Amino acid sequence: MKPPLFDYATPATLAEATALLVHYDGEAKLLSGGQSLVPLLNMRLARPAMVVDLARIPDLDYVRADGDGFAIGGMTRQRSVEMSAEVRAQHPLLFAGMQLIAHPQNRNQGTVGGSLAHADPAAELPAMALALDATFQATGPDGVRTITAADFFLTYLTTSLEPAEILTAVRFPTLPARTGWSILEVARRHGDFGLAGVVAIVGLGADGRVASTRLVLFGVGATPIRAQGAEGLLVGHTAEPALFADVATRAAADLDEPLTDVHASADYRRDLARVLSVRALTEATTRARAA
Amino acid sequence: MSVTRRIALTVNGERHEADVEVRKTLVDFLRGDLALTGTHVGCEHGVCGACTVLWNGRAVRSCIMLAVQADGAELKTVEGLADGATLHPIQQAFLEKHGLQCGFCTPGFLMSIYELLTRDSAPSDEDITDTLGGHICRCTGYQTIVEAVHLAVEKMRTK
Repeated sequence: MKPPLFDYATPATLAEATALLVHYDGEAKLLSGGQSLVPLLNMRLARPAMVVDLARIPDLDYVRADGDGFAIGGMTRQRSVEMSAEVRAQHPLLFAGMQLIAHPQNRNQGTVGGSLAHADPAAELPAMALALDATFQATGPDGVRTITAADFFLTYLTTSLEPAEILTAVRFPTLPARTGWSILEVARRHGDFGLAGVVAIVGLGADGRVASTRLVLFGVGATPIRAQGAEGLLVGHTAEPALFADVATRAAADLDEPLTDVHASADYRRDLARVLSVRALTEATTRARAA
Repeated sequence: MSVTRRIALTVNGERHEADVEVRKTLVDFLRGDLALTGTHVGCEHGVCGACTVLWNGRAVRSCIMLAVQADGAELKTVEGLADGATLHPIQQAFLEKHGLQCGFCTPGFLMSIYELLTRDSAPSDEDITDTLGGHICRCTGYQTIVEAVHLAVEKMRTK
């Protein structure tokens, strides 16, 4: 199908863009890379009165290392992050996660800010943001504010961004020493949205026990989900296979009913979350010991 | 009431200016307005890869880009590959290795492979698979396309 009628604007500044969002009062959509919005327009699932293209606003496309993290502009192409030698060397989790997003041809156009603001619960960037305690910078009519990842994702395709706010940047902290990571997903075909996925981070203390951990499941709920109950079973203990099995079982059991659709049943998604959690915790611990 | 915008862009080295409806996708603009029908329209939601073109050197899906987004851009389509009657080495490799049967998906494959080989003259098997993974071909089973990429690498090295 072809997109419905809409008006189109290319504001030159964030102030102009937010003014348009205020003026259209919920009837405008922001266009970033368009890898989600234009298919939705083509299928006429989205019928905005106005499409506001952010492409002409300067200074939204950058990847900057700041010592213990990477600040990334909202309009930065996913491929630019993947191709950054600094990201590859200093943030292997972010590098690995980028490669799971759709196909290179989509990552060439798709942006970091677009994927995060779209907030598909099966997408990789939101899950990584939650696992890494990323911080989001939003600009609205009343100025700039910072939102934590824990407060950002509300439900399916819904974030805490106000209707006239624009996500301008996100900061992904790098991982400290003796900390390992893993990101795994199962998809029907390479490049498809995952049926279920897991981001695991394991930090080891001087005594070899788990000092800190993050276990985030994605594709199995309305948002990426931090498995806090399961994390609690791990902290303070020696990371070993029997414990991983218990932690993963708890993480899967704590899920509300995952989605059932043509691709997978809720039970299958729940079981994938369990199996992937074991694998991801194992991989993250191995990397932590080597780090 | 349709809304139009004046855009200027370069396609295969040639500059074009046109008034386009803002809702028109880039692939429909290339095919309908510029009569560059080598770029094919498949799924119209960014999955099949038939519509892939180079946008400022990067392979993108022209079915999920609006033509107005390409204002000021430099594009390359499959029509820009051959040098007159002489096929581009990637096209020649497809011909020699039977990298196509019906040919519907071929223009998209060619453009993605062009981007890959422009960036990396000796891509790993993993990079090749990752690039081809963004395209669907229902005829070949992909093996002959992989062989064509390897042959194209050789041809472009000795060129």
